[in-house]
Amino acid sequence: MIPTLAGRLQTRVLVLATVGVLLTAVIVPVLPGTAGPLSGTYRTAYLILLAVAVAGLGWELLYHLLMQFRWDKDWPTLFGLVTVVPEGLLMWFLLDAGLVPRVHGVALSTYATMLGFVWIGQWLFVNGPIRVVLVQWRLRGGRVL
Amino acid sequence: MPDARPLGDLSPELLGSSVWPDRAVLEAGIPVYDVPLVSVGGGLGSFTLVDALRIQGAPASSLRVLSNLDTPWQTWAYLSRVSQLPPRERIRSDAGARPDNIWGFPSYALHEAWRDRSPRLLFQVLTEPVLTDFFSPRAETVFATLEREAARISYAAMLAKGQVRMVRRRAGDGYFTILTPPAGATPTKRIAIRSRFVHLAVGYPGLRFLPDLQEFRETHNDYHRVVNAYEPHEHVYEFLKSRPGVVVVRGAGIVASRVLHRLMDDRERYGSQTQIVHMFRTFVSGAHGPGPWMRRRGGDGWAYQAFTLPKSAFGGQLKARIRRADGAGRAELMKVIGGTTTPRLRPWQAQMRAGREGGWYHPVQAVVDRVEPTPDGRLASLTSSDDGTRARHVSDFVIDCTGLEAGVPEHRVLADLLEHGGARRNGAGRLMVGENFAVTGTENGDGVLYASGAATAGNHFPAVDSFLGLQTAALDIAADLAGRGFCARLGPLRSTGQWLRWASGRPV
Repeated sequence: MIPTLAGRLQTRVLVLATVGVLLTAVIVPVLPGTAGPLSGTYRTAYLILLAVAVAGLGWELLYHLLMQFRWDKDWPTLFGLVTVVPEGLLMWFLLDAGLVPRVHGVALSTYATMLGFVWIGQWLFVNGPIRVVLVQWRLRGGRVL
Repeated sequence: MPDARPLGDLSPELLGSSVWPDRAVLEAGIPVYDVPLVSVGGGLGSFTLVDALRIQGAPASSLRVLSNLDTPWQTWAYLSRVSQLPPRERIRSDAGARPDNIWGFPSYALHEAWRDRSPRLLFQVLTEPVLTDFFSPRAETVFATLEREAARISYAAMLAKGQVRMVRRRAGDGYFTILTPPAGATPTKRIAIRSRFVHLAVGYPGLRFLPDLQEFRETHNDYHRVVNAYEPHEHVYEFLKSRPGVVVVRGAGIVASRVLHRLMDDRERYGSQTQIVHMFRTFVSGAHGPGPWMRRRGGDGWAYQAFTLPKSAFGGQLKARIRRADGAGRAELMKVIGGTTTPRLRPWQAQMRAGREGGWYHPVQAVVDRVEPTPDGRLASLTSSDDGTRARHVSDFVIDCTGLEAGVPEHRVLADLLEHGGARRNGAGRLMVGENFAVTGTENGDGVLYASGAATAGNHFPAVDSFLGLQTAALDIAADLAGRGFCARLGPLRSTGQWLRWASGRPV
């Protein structure tokens, strides 16, 4: 990817709001470590997704800064995948410490399964199929607006 | 006095006037054909535009490509082959830059991985450029996929063979494009195509030699020992296979890399005893650039870069910065990110290291003052270096890999456009175009004249001369044409629908 800062932020929001929402809908019924009614799990899952999106905007600022040290001003495909580790760890720390509003008592297995599934899905989407829907996306540094 | 012109040729009135009324063309006896849009060139620039337009709903009957080429990849294939890039070799191009597919999905990496059942290629594209070299497609993959797409969009039906002589404005609106068809193909010497839109994608105006080499060739009439890498020069490699020899390679770009690779491969494969003197005008000894935010890798003479420009100049941050900058800002930024570079590929690095250690590859910083013949029929390159030393290098051959480009006025059609069509040159000496790739100053009524490719360098978009750059121009031109009602817009629905047709091989 060769994102601009605006492209990063817009892509993050767009992809989590579409692919992220869809994949969450798919994975929630089979998530391990859940208890109580399914509607409650959905509510928790979407709140976590929202938290990942909000924190992600901050992460994108950091990635943009790091990218400036690269001559090509590119963001290799692999980076888009492995950034799940720092992002996932920070979010787990926030969840565990009860710092994510209105989310309590999420099991690590639930969280890790959901995040891994959604992350891989959105990573695959931005590394290919998004170009089919938005033909100019890759030529505008990931901007959709 | 009787008119000695062949039937249907340009009259003095036409040659001398910048705006042609229909009457003047008819009076000259030149038959006129109407087509809404013509693309002049018939190489990859024309192909990518008509591909985008067909995908956006333009019928083949509304488009004509005027060219003396049989296929859009003909010139590219020729130049690649002679510059030591046979079809099996990998070109210098990103996986997602595929001229047969405006979406770039699936990338050439996925395409080749699937075709060759090669997980290694998938791993490479997944980990590039961190753990592996950048993936780049084989030249033959590009040819094969272009052939498929050409058939899908009925390219052959849109092609009109011949040499374009000029494009002139028509009185009122639109343009006349004068085509000289192959001898005997038409009753008249010329035909005129009257169109509302014209697209120029004529490629490089031409190649230029290094002045000292040109002088040597002309003075001594020797086109055998002093060769340009973009000309057929297989005899050099054949000679060096048959006996030990010395070759001087000049240049620091991708073509110099490929020529060295060939010379070094021949040493490995055929036991050639070739000594290589590699002359760098600018010898890059390490990372370079204005600061920590802008440092390009370099060493052993070379400036290293995966592609012809930093990757983001094709569609990311640097593209955006250049677009926003004014003329001076663009020139300054281009000075930093432009220049001659080559990719730092692991196999090439190993070969050059072996050559330096083995004492048969000699990279030197040198500017050649003069090339002269020696009494025993060889070549002496007289050089001076930045440190003031002068040297004389005797060799059997000199291969010029500098690939200097000729200026825009050296192309007949572009020169005519500058003289008669209202076109202007930008700071880089190329055609000035707007962000829609319309050539500034050439609009005529509701007619628009667009250009793409090498002739449009130095404007808002730096990577014009690349697969992705040609597609960028094609999509931007097509979007502009959609705004003028010529074709449909490429929104998400049409885009997805057309991609499905592409994927299943159905016509547009």
